[in-house]
Amino acid sequence: MWDYTPIVKDHFLNPRNVGEIPDADAVGEVGSLACGDALKLYLKLDENKDKIVDAKFQTFGCASAIASSSALTEMVKGKNLDEAMAISNQDIADFLGGLPEEKMHCSVMGQEALEVAIAKYRGHEAPVHSHDHDHGPAYPDQEGTVVCKCFGITDIFLKKVIETNHLTTPEQVTHFTKAGGGCGGCIPKIKELIDEVMGARPEEPRKRPEKLSNMKKMQLIQEVLEKDVRPLLWADGGDLELIDIDGSRVQVAFRKACAGCASSGNTARMVEIKLRDLVAEDIVVEEVSA
Amino acid sequence: MKEIYLDNNATTKVDEAVFEEMRPYFCELYGNPSSMHFFGGQVQGKVTEARERVAALLGASPEEIVFTACGTESDNAAIRSALEVFPERRHVITSRVEHPAVLTQCRNLSQKGYRVTEIGVDGAGRLDMEELKAAVDDDTAIVSLMWANNETGVIFPVEEAAAIAKAKGALFHSDAVQAIGKIPVNMADSQIDMLSLSGHKLHAPKGIGVLYLRRGTPFRPFLVGGHQEKSRRAGTENAAAIIALGKACELAGQYMDVENSTVKAMRDRLQDALMAAIPFSRINGGGAERLPNTTSIAFEFVEGESILMHFSELGICASSGSACTSGSLEPSHVLRAMGVPFTCAHGSIRFSLSRFTTDAEIDTVIREMPPIITHLRQMSPFGREHLKGQA
Repeated sequence: MWDYTPIVKDHFLNPRNVGEIPDADAVGEVGSLACGDALKLYLKLDENKDKIVDAKFQTFGCASAIASSSALTEMVKGKNLDEAMAISNQDIADFLGGLPEEKMHCSVMGQEALEVAIAKYRGHEAPVHSHDHDHGPAYPDQEGTVVCKCFGITDIFLKKVIETNHLTTPEQVTHFTKAGGGCGGCIPKIKELIDEVMGARPEEPRKRPEKLSNMKKMQLIQEVLEKDVRPLLWADGGDLELIDIDGSRVQVAFRKACAGCASSGNTARMVEIKLRDLVAEDIVVEEVSA
Repeated sequence: MKEIYLDNNATTKVDEAVFEEMRPYFCELYGNPSSMHFFGGQVQGKVTEARERVAALLGASPEEIVFTACGTESDNAAIRSALEVFPERRHVITSRVEHPAVLTQCRNLSQKGYRVTEIGVDGAGRLDMEELKAAVDDDTAIVSLMWANNETGVIFPVEEAAAIAKAKGALFHSDAVQAIGKIPVNMADSQIDMLSLSGHKLHAPKGIGVLYLRRGTPFRPFLVGGHQEKSRRAGTENAAAIIALGKACELAGQYMDVENSTVKAMRDRLQDALMAAIPFSRINGGGAERLPNTTSIAFEFVEGESILMHFSELGICASSGSACTSGSLEPSHVLRAMGVPFTCAHGSIRFSLSRFTTDAEIDTVIREMPPIITHLRQMSPFGREHLKGQA
């Protein structure tokens, strides 16, 4: 059973703002019967057409989909359109005290409906919405190339969700968007998109510190070996063990595939270069057979 | 909150009499049945009695009963054994609606170079016998088909299917986890080679299963490293659970009539009342022969998890074929194989009763469910035109 927070349960059992607004200024509709959840969001604006004075929803879906919709309507009321556009799916999840990760796509659906409604109201690209609820795409107003055919999800949408939520695995992407949760055929493509989005953010170049006490130096050597060196060796079925540190002399022993490997001398040099780059210039790595 | 437990295809209450039967075998009579002393020997005697009781329910001989840890183990052992005894045969047949214990293994085999055929079903969940006949050939090592479906309760003609498999020299296995204890079976008059059952589906505890192995069936054990179960399943016997299962099988035999009269009548009353009170609903597999305790009903325009969460507030326990309940994103593979439209599959609820179910509990569900569906439909953006004028 899902571990829903009391707030999720409350918004599911006592949903706020259910219904339609016949003279709504903005309407956003996402999802379909086939997909298993769908949300139609109605917004009413004040006379200046800026502030949201009323919001209502109709939702087909699980408890967290209903709770996310209810939360969304509560959150947008009283906000102007720009403020509303700034609401992220994480904000919706936070409002509810959190959602199970597998249910994050419900918060994404809420955010998406809001974005569609406002974009349409502002007259942005809003293709005629197909009312084919049989097997229509989950986000029919989303531009881009369809990546997940099962749920009709595009690359542009996926990239946005990956970036906003800092997603790093295809599994997370499935939890947040459903993409990849059907036949699974698009998982390699999702991996590419993750690399594209997350790889694009330049990592802070790491520099070795100016000055190090002996204690700090030993700690840093250990840290670099754990985080930067050993994972590389694991990839080839090898491993190493730190035997001793004496000033700048670092003694290591190679294990598993690396032990007795003809190229372990090269491996020791690789370790030395890493440590010189990230800890201190004068590091010397020695291989011992302990 | 007192639970109204209508999820007996998921697991069942351990019968108090079953629990009493197993109780002494933890702290007092804890000997190892294989030991060469009186203390283990008295446990051995009870294990033998349990084996006889299980055999009696199946219409089998006691030596054809191999105790395992669960239905899943029995399923895995049966299929793997068949492939080992027929190494030259590289084809496996199953159905599209099997339990994952069988289906996952078959799909793994297809990645290891085996040819795997998954036989389809019709809209009522009935097995396509013509497709089966056409699929079995001299390369087929094993045909594994469930006796009754866990989601819909639809019963497969396993004897007929076994005859088709045997005619080509293939072994036939049936995952009978949902059938045993609910409908009579008789292995004495059968062509089935192997059959799986699970204790916790018939009021025994979790963690005990049986692989029925017809005398003379070639077999390679799944677990090796001990002489237990005549070297067909190594590992110290789970004596207390085996003894419990023996008692549970004895009781299941005694209650078989109740299951097929009283329980069935309650199931029928439940589904008839819900169908009458709730428009745009349909019974999944309603046109087929089904287990007496199971009904799966699809409610259009609503989603299953929402129904279950409202049920949960009232203490009602059932399960759903919807995607959201399982954490997967597509609705049940069983309902999809039957061609149940997605629009219905997401809103499918399975009720599975037992001999412990009461008329008062059924009354509660009949009273409480229609308003829940109405409430959720009023919230749904779909079906508004259809439902206009309806309650």
